[in-house]
Amino acid sequence: MGMTMVEKILAAHTGKEKVKPGELINAKLDIVLGNDVTTPVAIHEFDKIGVDGVFDKERVVIVPDHFAPNKDINSAEQCKFIRDFAHEKEVVNYFEIGDMGIEHCLLPEQGLVVPGDVIIGADSHTCTYGALGSFATGVGSTDMAAGMATGEAWFKVPETIKFVYTGELNEWVGGKDLILYTIGDIGVDGALYKAMEFSGEVIEDLSMDHRFTMSNMAIEAGGKCGLIEPDQTTIDYIEDRAQREYTLYESDEDAEYEEVIEYDVSEIEPQVAFPHLPENTKGISEVEDIKIDQAVIGSCTNGRIEDLRLAAKILEGKRKADNVRLIIFPGTQEIYKQAMKEGLIEIFIDAGAAVSTPTCGPCLGGHMGILAKGERAIATTNRNFVGRMGHPESEVYLSNPAVAAASAIKGEIVSPEEVM
Amino acid sequence: MNLNGQAWKYGDDIDTDVIIPARYLNTSDPSELAKHCLEDLDGEFVDKMKKGDVIVAGKNFGCGSSREHAPLAIKAAGVSCVIAESFARIFYRNSINIGLPILESVEAVAAIEEGDQIEIDVNSGKIKNLTKDEVYQAEPFPEFMQEIIESGGLIKYVAKKVNK
Repeated sequence: MGMTMVEKILAAHTGKEKVKPGELINAKLDIVLGNDVTTPVAIHEFDKIGVDGVFDKERVVIVPDHFAPNKDINSAEQCKFIRDFAHEKEVVNYFEIGDMGIEHCLLPEQGLVVPGDVIIGADSHTCTYGALGSFATGVGSTDMAAGMATGEAWFKVPETIKFVYTGELNEWVGGKDLILYTIGDIGVDGALYKAMEFSGEVIEDLSMDHRFTMSNMAIEAGGKCGLIEPDQTTIDYIEDRAQREYTLYESDEDAEYEEVIEYDVSEIEPQVAFPHLPENTKGISEVEDIKIDQAVIGSCTNGRIEDLRLAAKILEGKRKADNVRLIIFPGTQEIYKQAMKEGLIEIFIDAGAAVSTPTCGPCLGGHMGILAKGERAIATTNRNFVGRMGHPESEVYLSNPAVAAASAIKGEIVSPEEVM
Repeated sequence: MNLNGQAWKYGDDIDTDVIIPARYLNTSDPSELAKHCLEDLDGEFVDKMKKGDVIVAGKNFGCGSSREHAPLAIKAAGVSCVIAESFARIFYRNSINIGLPILESVEAVAAIEEGDQIEIDVNSGKIKNLTKDEVYQAEPFPEFMQEIIESGGLIKYVAKKVNK
């Protein structure tokens, strides 16, 4: 019996020929990541272990992105605490604002995470890097602390569910719609504890940016990770960025899957997830009369250059509705610069958007776009839980960047076709 | 370890954003976090619960964000144990790591009603409903996790290993 990609990567990091689902293993870590919300807790725990330094100064990555630029005094203290720790422990990959980006846009862009890696991050969307063909999973602060100290973490080898996407993509349908549709189908715990493997001709044709969006939301189905087999698209993305050697793993033909789920994408239209769970999805044609107060385009889910290009294509020469606040936040400084070079930022500003420095702020109701009681937003982010973007009586609808941009223009949730 | 408290019952897919909203994540002080435990799910929870009480919930408890502040807030609020049909995996890991007792039991969740007095033997996974005079059995922890729990959490477990 062959092995899945996940099994191969975990075996290689455990010094074993083979691992099986259900097996408990202790794996070597290639990268340990934390942000300004999770790292302070990790540092307190790290200090209790009794080691002098981190296991590898180049393999710990700390990114103040959630409440940075510092939103208040407490946040400033938290950011200072992690900055001081990074300095004291000589952590090479600490990213200050100005260099910083949203962690899951930043790490792949900087070539810090590469195919074949085992990565833990004290942030649930660490699963994003599965798009490169690595095993990447979100953990809490205490696991981050143990990982920083030892360079290892324990895992239960997960079963894998394979998702096969075939057919022709409809216009305005991309990675975000595929993953929302999938979550809508299997539910927010449909892949609980499981590895998700996204495959098929549609995935083979997807660009890296769309692939990152899909892997990013594996956690929204309860998944431990969400992998895509590396191919020429992966190599083209990574070869000039990779800061380390990388290994390309493929699942064996006779690998054992817990389940194989097939989707004909020609039946999938742009998706909108209604409050208050990402599984509450509807096709855009079923969405009627949902007025919005705010549209948010960006985040670790949809803050990459292709997402911005898509939004700009819709917004060019148009203006947002008067009663809508449009907030666009590129994922990293590089993406921001690229968007400037391509004239996208000018299009956004002319459309009446507030363009923000990279930050997780609006997505998790941190800062830079909080919703008031009773307000409603469409967002290209990843969660629409109660109170996610602000007041517990506000509402978040999730969509792709084209739908969010079109909705900003109309003042209600609409298909991009209605404004083009 | 025997725990005893009153049950507070909630539904499926209770996410970590409602357990501790992001607006309170600018601190990691457990006593501060405890003041806002479950605030966006049940604004009165902190006022009405007593030390030792038990949260009983449906499937996928603790889904969403990896914030360890969620089990920290629950623990610091004085909740002695969370019983759910199932837990989201990061929350499950975090709870084991920080020493918040959690138990999985579909049977217990179906039978326990809000206000029932519950007694729990964490080691054996035996859940007694004193109000209804019933006993339910939770899923046992794998041996390795039992080791972490018995060490007093992941950090003590790791510290023992690295300082050998």
